Amino acid sequence: MEFLHDAFIYLFAAVAAVPLANRLGLGSVLGYLIAGIIIGPVFGFVGSETEEVKHFAEFGVVMMLFLVGLELRPSMLWEMRSKLLGLGGMQVFITMGLIFAGGLIAGLVWQSALAIGMTLALSSTAIVLQTLSEKGWMKSPPGQSAFSVLLFQDIAVIPMLALMPLLAIQAASGGGDGHHGGGLDGLPGWLQTIVILAVIGGIIVAGRYLMRPIFRFIAAARLREIFTAAALLLVIGIALLMELIGLSPALGTFLAGVVLSGSEYRHELESDIEPFKGLLLGLFFISVGAGIDFNMLFGQPGLLFGLAVGIMAIKLLVLLGLGKMFKMRGADLWLFALALAQAGEFAFVLFGFAESAGVLVSSVAKLLTLAVALTMLLTPVLFIIYEKIIAPRAVTPDDRDPDEIEESGTAIVAGVGQFGLVVSRMLTTNNYNVVVLDHDPNLIDLLRQIGIQTYYGDATRPDLIHTAGATEATLFVAALDDREKQTQLVTHVAHHYPNCRIIARAIDHHHVYELEAAGAHHIERGLFESALSAGRQALVELGEHPFKAERQARAFRQHDRHTIDSLRESWMSGGVNKGYIDVARARAEELFGVMQSDRMAERHDSSERGWTPPPKGAKVIPADDDK
Amino acid sequence: MNKVLILFAHPRTDRSEVNIEMANAARSVEGVTLVDLYESYPSFEIDVELEQQRLLEHDIIIFHHPVYWYSSPAILKEWQDLVLEYGFAYGSEGRALEGKIAFNAVTCGARREVYTKEGAYQNELRELFAPFEQTFLLCRMQYLGPFAIFAAGHAVEENRLDGHIADYKRLLQALVAGKLDISGAEKAKTLSDNLDTLISKTAEVK
Repeated sequence: MEFLHDAFIYLFAAVAAVPLANRLGLGSVLGYLIAGIIIGPVFGFVGSETEEVKHFAEFGVVMMLFLVGLELRPSMLWEMRSKLLGLGGMQVFITMGLIFAGGLIAGLVWQSALAIGMTLALSSTAIVLQTLSEKGWMKSPPGQSAFSVLLFQDIAVIPMLALMPLLAIQAASGGGDGHHGGGLDGLPGWLQTIVILAVIGGIIVAGRYLMRPIFRFIAAARLREIFTAAALLLVIGIALLMELIGLSPALGTFLAGVVLSGSEYRHELESDIEPFKGLLLGLFFISVGAGIDFNMLFGQPGLLFGLAVGIMAIKLLVLLGLGKMFKMRGADLWLFALALAQAGEFAFVLFGFAESAGVLVSSVAKLLTLAVALTMLLTPVLFIIYEKIIAPRAVTPDDRDPDEIEESGTAIVAGVGQFGLVVSRMLTTNNYNVVVLDHDPNLIDLLRQIGIQTYYGDATRPDLIHTAGATEATLFVAALDDREKQTQLVTHVAHHYPNCRIIARAIDHHHVYELEAAGAHHIERGLFESALSAGRQALVELGEHPFKAERQARAFRQHDRHTIDSLRESWMSGGVNKGYIDVARARAEELFGVMQSDRMAERHDSSERGWTPPPKGAKVIPADDDK
Repeated sequence: MNKVLILFAHPRTDRSEVNIEMANAARSVEGVTLVDLYESYPSFEIDVELEQQRLLEHDIIIFHHPVYWYSSPAILKEWQDLVLEYGFAYGSEGRALEGKIAFNAVTCGARREVYTKEGAYQNELRELFAPFEQTFLLCRMQYLGPFAIFAAGHAVEENRLDGHIADYKRLLQALVAGKLDISGAEKAKTLSDNLDTLISKTAEVK
């Protein structure tokens, strides 16, 4: 029961600390870190296993990159190339150089200094991306720049790992290849390269052509947990494959994410992986907090804080300079620089690796690992400084290109039966951005073939609605077939996305009242207009003049709308009770009168209006009458 | 203070340069109610009851529209056909609109001189608007000459737009304040030709 015991402590710490931290405006990352410090160094509930937990929880970073990849279409990645290589590359090399020089001045041998420089040049993907998306800054220009740099860093880890053993200053203390290499070590260099390229190509090809039929097959089973299992299987499988060929698992899953970003299962995959990612990342942050060695910290507090602040200062200056070079200004520049100023979780791996490879002496590695943890601890504080002090003071310049407003004016259409389909097609052909959700894999396939962006998933699931972009959407069209689900869906959207207009399809006119109560702004009965149209045509077929039929259809529609209004009150108060039935009967009889009014020969009363001649013998010209 | 009702009829406001500016300016004048007919009745299903109520609540009715085939866009004709009912607007019992004032505020494609006896259209704009005039007279209303912006398609290029809009606004304000020379306006070929002389700056004319 050891496992459950630990799980209880970690979960309890998270559940207690994170909502509190969020309420205080500190953000979830700081909440997790504090929770970790409390259960670790402060009260000692958890101890030596935190290292293990940390390695396990780092898988959260892998999942996060998969999710980031899902959000990123290949074309967007291509657009980022100058930032990715220019900004990212310069950040890594310049920071590395400065810290390398600092290390030499501090009296380290050059190999150690270089290893430290490389390691500390990296930032924390986990903290930065988690915070950016939590605050909704991910799609902002500084958020995108920060992301480009992080992505480059993730790529840079690969040559760094390869370089470490070459920097050894003493005989490796055993197990130096623990992290690197995997199954390819026996092969010659050129063959390794070919294998790596083949695997990457395989991921792209499989993601494009193989995964969709597989997902469709799984989705057709209509078992949610199996789809979730398949999503996890995919991520873990790719991570293992990457490790086998010696590449970063995070990079591999990112690539897979990008390949799958165009797929109709994107939102479903996101919703399925998201909670696992969240929990694992939380666990990771807790383990960072729990792993802080208080004895060491209080032994040399000056040195450690000095190191942490020094590292961050160097990184911050480099980032500010580069940001300026890339034409960032004001608050954007500060957000970009403050976000990336910490050292990252790769440091835990790289320092451990460097130590075992004999590049760093143990005492230095321990000291630096703790300093890295401190920089991570300080990062949420920097975000708070940005949010509370810098951002409010910066005058937001309004000269940004309106094209950059991401995906505004978007409509979400839930359910694409005949009804939702017509609505979606009207919107897409009018150049509106439409996200369609449905749970019929075959239908989705068909819609994609005619060029409508469709995603698989049960539209009543809150997380799917969220990932479909309801926060930014202007319009939500609820068109599910199931009466109860439809009402549920409207209630949820109206409650959580008050800025979103809701058009809902009702089954019948009682459903109209239910949907009104649920918060829909406009309600259309699914069959009413088409039935009316058929009724009009029926009159024509029976010999009525087409415009007469049209007038009767209009009168019918108007009467029907008034009937809905007049029945509303008795429906609200008692459902179908005596009062309701009385009103309904009276209205039905009245309709008969409305339809018959035309037959009342020559009489000219107010019930008949619209293109009627004046009565025979009427005095029309003013000069004729008693004027 | 007079209450002014503008019935605005333009089927393509998305492509409008002058009319939309006139409508926006009118909306800002106190005492003016502007009803966009194509917006209110996109499928031409005019709410007769509501429209008649609006007529009763206002003293001055303006048909604001671009000139299409020497007349208005279709919805304004539909509006007349449905709203000006026997027994309400005309007939011995139909005196609801008696004494109210009406006119057209329009934009024309052609230049002023085209709308003259000697010009290509052989008639003044007001003469071509005889069906409007007679309709309002039958409703026992007073009909004024049209407020017209000629060669409206070139107003922007020729930097005339601001002047036209200012004139229109001035006219509306004068109508609300009762400072328009109504008997002069009844005889005028247009209200726009000599707006200054029609707007009395001193005494209330009406």
